[in-house]
Amino acid sequence: MRHDTIEKRLNLMMVLIVVAISIGGLIEIIPLMVSTDATEPDEGVTPYSALRLAGRDVYVSEGCYNCHSQMIRPFRSETERYGPYTTAGETVYDRPFQFGSKRTGPDLARVGGRYSDDWQRLHLMDPRALVPESNMPAYTWLAEKMVDPELVTKKMRTLQFLGDPYTDEEIAAAAAIVEGKTEMDALIAYLQELGANRRNRR
Amino acid sequence: MDTAATYNDKVVRQFSIMVVVWGIVGMLVGLIIAAQLIWPQLGFNLEFLSYARLRPLHTNAVIFAFGGSALFGTSYYVVQRTCHVRLAFDKLAAFTFWGWQVVILLAAITLPLGITQSKEYAELEWPIDLLIAVVWVSYAVVFFGTIAKRRVKHIYVANWFYGAFIITVAVLHIFNNLAVPVSLFKSYSIYTGVVDGMMQWWYGHNAVGFFLTAGFLGMMYYFVPKQAGRPVYSYRLSVVHFWSLIAIYMWAGPHHLHYTSLPDWAQTLGMVFSIVLLAPSWGGMINGIMTLSGAWHKLRSDPILKFMIVSLSFYGMSTFEGPMMSIKTVNALSHYTDWTIGHVHSGALGWVAMMTIGTMYSLLPRLYNKERMYSIKLIDVHFWTSTIGVVLYAVALWVAGITQGLMWRAVNADGTLTYSFVESLKATYPYYGLRLVGGLLFFSGMLIMAYNVWKTISDKKPVPVAVLDPA
Repeated sequence: MRHDTIEKRLNLMMVLIVVAISIGGLIEIIPLMVSTDATEPDEGVTPYSALRLAGRDVYVSEGCYNCHSQMIRPFRSETERYGPYTTAGETVYDRPFQFGSKRTGPDLARVGGRYSDDWQRLHLMDPRALVPESNMPAYTWLAEKMVDPELVTKKMRTLQFLGDPYTDEEIAAAAAIVEGKTEMDALIAYLQELGANRRNRR
Repeated sequence: MDTAATYNDKVVRQFSIMVVVWGIVGMLVGLIIAAQLIWPQLGFNLEFLSYARLRPLHTNAVIFAFGGSALFGTSYYVVQRTCHVRLAFDKLAAFTFWGWQVVILLAAITLPLGITQSKEYAELEWPIDLLIAVVWVSYAVVFFGTIAKRRVKHIYVANWFYGAFIITVAVLHIFNNLAVPVSLFKSYSIYTGVVDGMMQWWYGHNAVGFFLTAGFLGMMYYFVPKQAGRPVYSYRLSVVHFWSLIAIYMWAGPHHLHYTSLPDWAQTLGMVFSIVLLAPSWGGMINGIMTLSGAWHKLRSDPILKFMIVSLSFYGMSTFEGPMMSIKTVNALSHYTDWTIGHVHSGALGWVAMMTIGTMYSLLPRLYNKERMYSIKLIDVHFWTSTIGVVLYAVALWVAGITQGLMWRAVNADGTLTYSFVESLKATYPYYGLRLVGGLLFFSGMLIMAYNVWKTISDKKPVPVAVLDPA
């Protein structure tokens, strides 16, 4: 077929464009969706508990991914600094994923338990009080904003609908667990469990 | 004059003015966050001014508000001129303008409020995503509707690129944003973990490939030959590089996920296709630059052409740099560092913004029934501030990024790490300063442009232009 033919027929051109742009995505994405390597949780990886889920959504909402990755690459310099490299099975309850694409601050994939709750709280209130060279913003408002228990319940129901294995009992108990907690409490609960299933124990 | 006999330039004028407005707004937000990286106190402890909420506002404003308005406006102009008909569906075209401005306004409100999906360049929550989809489909109807009623047999090459950009962005936007709402302001992606990452960077990379490349190549294929007064260098090259560019781009996404837990086969595919992508990218650059054959002397007197040629040079540079950074060994060093940010800005400021600026200087006087811009001298000043600005910006972040990459991987003889993380940040501060200066220069050029545009159009009432008969 001469290209001339395509240039004279709009419908043909549109169809061929759709074909040309579809192949790459189909070949790279569909096998991933059906592969258990990419979609089955590692041992010990469970859906986020109510408070951690609330905390994760604070992390997402504040845009922490703009400066922090959650993806330790399989290099010695990275496992030395951050702990064992990240596996696909650790991220299967992450909606959306939080690999990040820029480290203005360090990777957080295994930050859980590395510092005390008090350290985290102080650091979020005034990062330069603990790390003088840091350029991280302070997050003072998180200490004042309360987690909405009703919303957390709705979130867990939505995730259950999407296939995450929450039990009805867990969802029923969620509101009481997050009642009276601040967004700061929730965020710290989330951070403190990050990567805890394969924490570096040396 | 009967309206069917004139071009619909009103919508083109509206978008063109907003290009200047959103360019200034988007780059101003960029300056603010660049300054916050040096002086974090500039967030003033206010949540809606915090860096991580403003950064998505900056990216969305420059890509979708500034770049998007340029693409809508020029595609509407080009499709009318090359098809020798008035734009199809006046009212729908007006809807795409107002709809798109509402999307931008909603983005400017929701992002600082922390309402986000956290997927880069797809941060906007589901109600806005739905509005985008409606506006985009309307855009496709107007654009392809105009081509369908063309009065010439052949569809001009610029329209292939604009058309592929419109179709592909619709596909990318819809599939990446599939989510189940929890409330009006919160939804959860139907994909998780690695699959979500793959979807996002299939989208993210092709937002670059189609929004910021194919669309702007469409712009290039009309306005560079027009400004140079020369035909496109090679028809055959445009055919070959068009189809290879759109087919190969779609495979390149996984290079954003090198050494992550994305399976190796996908990373390798992403790398191979990214390297191959150099060829069609340079096909476009060569076709653009060689269009000046026999007209090189015009560069001496025409700063608009200078904008376009330097833009194409940056396109060539960053489409060499991109494939290089997608090589896994190089990526191991560059990923997560400021090198990536520098690379993006070589493309976004050097290629996209400079092509847009050149095109606007060429287009705006015509839209307002004038021979040329108010001041050619000021265009030249703008050209130099922009060029020096981008170079400073890119150099600063090259050095910053490579420094960070090397410091992160440095180990002592006994195998322990040489530097703590914060030492790499400390080493970066001087380069953040230099980057801010580069950004400031580029931004000041935009203010010069605004003044020049104002002086050009403020005293003139536009006159409808009659549709030309095909030659």
